[in-house]
Amino acid sequence: MAFENLADRLQETFKKIRGKGKVSEADVKQMTREVRLALLEADVNFKVVKDFINRIKERAVGQEVLKSLTPGQQVIKVVQEELTELMGGEQSKLRMSAKPPTVVMLVGLQGAGKTTTTGKLANYIRKQQNKKPLLAACDVYRPAAIKQLQTLGGQLDMPVFSMGDDASPVDIAKQAVAKAKEDHNDIVFIDTAGRLHVDDALMEELENIKEATQPDEIILVVDAMTGQDAVNVAESFNDRLGLTGVIMTKLDGDTRGGAALSVKAVTGTPIKFAGMGEKLDALEPFHPERMASRILGMGDVLTLIEKAQATVDEEKAKEMEKKMRTMSFTFDDFLEQLSQVRSMGPLDELLGMMPGANKIKGMKNLKIDEKQISHIEAIIRSMTPAEKTDPDIINASRKKRIANGSGTSIQEVNRLLKQFKDMKKMMKQMMGMTKGKKKKNPFNLPFM
Amino acid sequence: MSFFKKLKYKITGQTDTVTNKFKDGLAKTRHSMAARVNNLVKRYRKVDEDFFEELEEILISADVGVNTVLELVEKLKDEARTRNIKETEQLKDVIIEVLSNMLTEDEKDAAIAIQNDGLTVILVVGVNGVGKTTTIGKMAYKFKEEGKSVLLAAGDTFRAGAIEQLEVWGERAGVEVVKHNEGSDPAAVIYDAIMAAKSRGVDILICDTAGRLQNKVNLMKELEKVKRVISREVPGAPHEVLLVLDATTGQNAMTQAKIFGEATDVSGIVLTKLDGTAKGGIVLAIRHELDLPVKLVGLGEGIHDLQPFDSDTFVYGLFSEMFQSENGEDHAEENN
Ligand SMILES: Nc1nc2c(ncn2[C@@H]2O[C@H](COP(=O)(O)OP(=O)(O)OP(=O)(O)O)[C@@H](O)[C@H]2O)c(=O)[nH]1
Ligand SMILES: Nc1nc2c(ncn2[C@@H]2O[C@H](COP(=O)(O)OP(=O)(O)OP(=O)(O)O)[C@@H](O)[C@H]2O)c(=O)[nH]1
Ligand SMILES: [Mg+2]
Ligand SMILES: [Mg+2]
Repeated sequence: MAFENLADRLQETFKKIRGKGKVSEADVKQMTREVRLALLEADVNFKVVKDFINRIKERAVGQEVLKSLTPGQQVIKVVQEELTELMGGEQSKLRMSAKPPTVVMLVGLQGAGKTTTTGKLANYIRKQQNKKPLLAACDVYRPAAIKQLQTLGGQLDMPVFSMGDDASPVDIAKQAVAKAKEDHNDIVFIDTAGRLHVDDALMEELENIKEATQPDEIILVVDAMTGQDAVNVAESFNDRLGLTGVIMTKLDGDTRGGAALSVKAVTGTPIKFAGMGEKLDALEPFHPERMASRILGMGDVLTLIEKAQATVDEEKAKEMEKKMRTMSFTFDDFLEQLSQVRSMGPLDELLGMMPGANKIKGMKNLKIDEKQISHIEAIIRSMTPAEKTDPDIINASRKKRIANGSGTSIQEVNRLLKQFKDMKKMMKQMMGMTKGKKKKNPFNLPFM
Repeated sequence: MSFFKKLKYKITGQTDTVTNKFKDGLAKTRHSMAARVNNLVKRYRKVDEDFFEELEEILISADVGVNTVLELVEKLKDEARTRNIKETEQLKDVIIEVLSNMLTEDEKDAAIAIQNDGLTVILVVGVNGVGKTTTIGKMAYKFKEEGKSVLLAAGDTFRAGAIEQLEVWGERAGVEVVKHNEGSDPAAVIYDAIMAAKSRGVDILICDTAGRLQNKVNLMKELEKVKRVISREVPGAPHEVLLVLDATTGQNAMTQAKIFGEATDVSGIVLTKLDGTAKGGIVLAIRHELDLPVKLVGLGEGIHDLQPFDSDTFVYGLFSEMFQSENGEDHAEENN
């Protein structure tokens, strides 16, 4: 991504303003423009962005921001708060019918992830609430769609109701509900075929399924990578069916996911869950605050912290945080962090969640090659204690010694030194970014 | 003759039904995009900042991408200055010209590289659910119609029902599918398929792969391995590595193109689901920022719904309505 993150850009803008000591109308325009571009870059629909900008304008140029020592960060805070607000509270629940079976219908565009999500959701509900789901195979169009659902049912050891691909989806859905009653399955998940929101005949089919089964939940499954068209899709499905919820899929990718905001803004329905992988347990409650950070390019910091906290002991983390704040972070610390991080899970996954990770060259290399990490470890181990605490003293002859000692090249040593420098710079930025917050500093990350 | 008229002339000279189908598929794109530019030109008589800002918005709403749009608008401003254009009406033609140039600059051969003799291997890659397997079914049918013998490799051994899905497409197209069990090593399937293709003297082998998000390092490595197996067994292969992109996708498509490009040396793009309302403007950005030609477009779920990409037709399709008033014809206004 060629785009700098919003934090950097706003910082730049305010630096200019600061020099002048007075904020002009043009400055304000420039600032809201940066916010606007960041949101557009994240795929938030342009109309939604427009409304949003109007919403934050007042607050963002208010006293609260301009008097602050760090106006750039204040603006981000305001933007993030408003984004979170717009995204709604956490609502990872399904509406249950008083008279079982509960009927849940999943709809959406082709390839969004409906069938996979049907399996995940059934799995989740069975685990969380001890329900006995039945899966209904109502996609009679896509080749092997029924087989796909049956395979998932097999993996989950869950019954799948199907009438082949000659029956009408409306009949299948109706019969599935009847079958569930008979077999005492207390919840039915209806997997429907993918369709375009402008396909009138197929949209009508969904209306008929709704009519026939009276679902308690009609959930739109949306691919998190969707662009500007997300609003048209969500609006159409909502108009015709009256959605009760949304699930964003493929959030395990590196998309900013601005579609989440677009969809929420035009439908007003809560985003209930997030698809985080292809496996059947990769479904998580949707966290609006995290999504807001992510859209702004600040990474999925909270998820990362949670993962970190589960692996790393509290004391060490605190110590690290202090080091980060005082910038006394050394290569020794780095080494320790590396080994802790490696015990947390696949590196690429972790780095994907880290703010700005893909923008830092060194980070990107780390991300690509696990082998390189062993090299990094070797390089650091070849440094003297003095060099580890104060890398600035590493001159050409020291570099040569380190390269020889670690069996690497001077180029590799140089690269690591550069990476380390960049990393410290980034830490500094991130520490600054959260200073304004009262709550617990989220950056007690075990590494970086 | 204006740039647009030249283009129109060129297009209407083609009597190909393919072109019409392509245009029909893009009708929605064309309509809203052209109507909006037209509307814009009507409302702003003079070329000014507000005009450009709104033009920016139109392009962004088509998923062209912020960076590309900003650059484009800069270019337009320059043009307007140097050519001393003050009326928005005059700028219309320049808009089309600049966009069209962006799409056609360094134009590469958009045809699929089929070997004259010997086996052609095509590897199809992309993120989850974009339309890889469907596109393979459509391609198999197309090649078969052209008299080629085709074999498919069920390289997606991961997703539930993926093998069966490809088998159905194989039946529809009348071509064989080489498969292993679900969960087996994809590289091994591909290897077997190559052996089968060689011994049967097949013209074209098309390899399906599991969808994968580009930030999954291990899965990308798996794909590199598959590609290595192909190169090792067939010198010069794969002859095409097609990256399938969903037209509904926003800015992430660029990252997809970059990372898949690095991992597998993508040779061309298939842009699917252009039959929806997504504008496909990402094509402009991809063409502009990466040196990757769009080779095919998917225009539906049926076996016939695959067309070669033609940039002239694409641009014409995007803007033809905008210029109909030039000829005194009426055009439908769209209010949105
Ligand atoms: N990485 C990732 N992949 C996902 C996720 N959800 C679904 N997928 C994948 O996306 C692809 C499409 O998923 P499906 O469940 O078949 O999508 P669908 O909406 O049922 O598709 P149609 O029935 O053809 O409209 C598959 O490869 C899934 O494995 C997710 O949260 N993360
Ligand atoms: N409207 C429309 N739908 C399409 C097009 N191409 C594919 N689809 C649909 O998109 C969905 C996903 O297509 P697949 O071919 O299974 O996609 P894939 O990339 O192989 O998916 P995975 O293997 O799960 O990653 C299916 O429902 C297809 O029918 C197209 O051009 N237009
Ligand atoms: Mg499905
Ligand atoms: Mg597939």
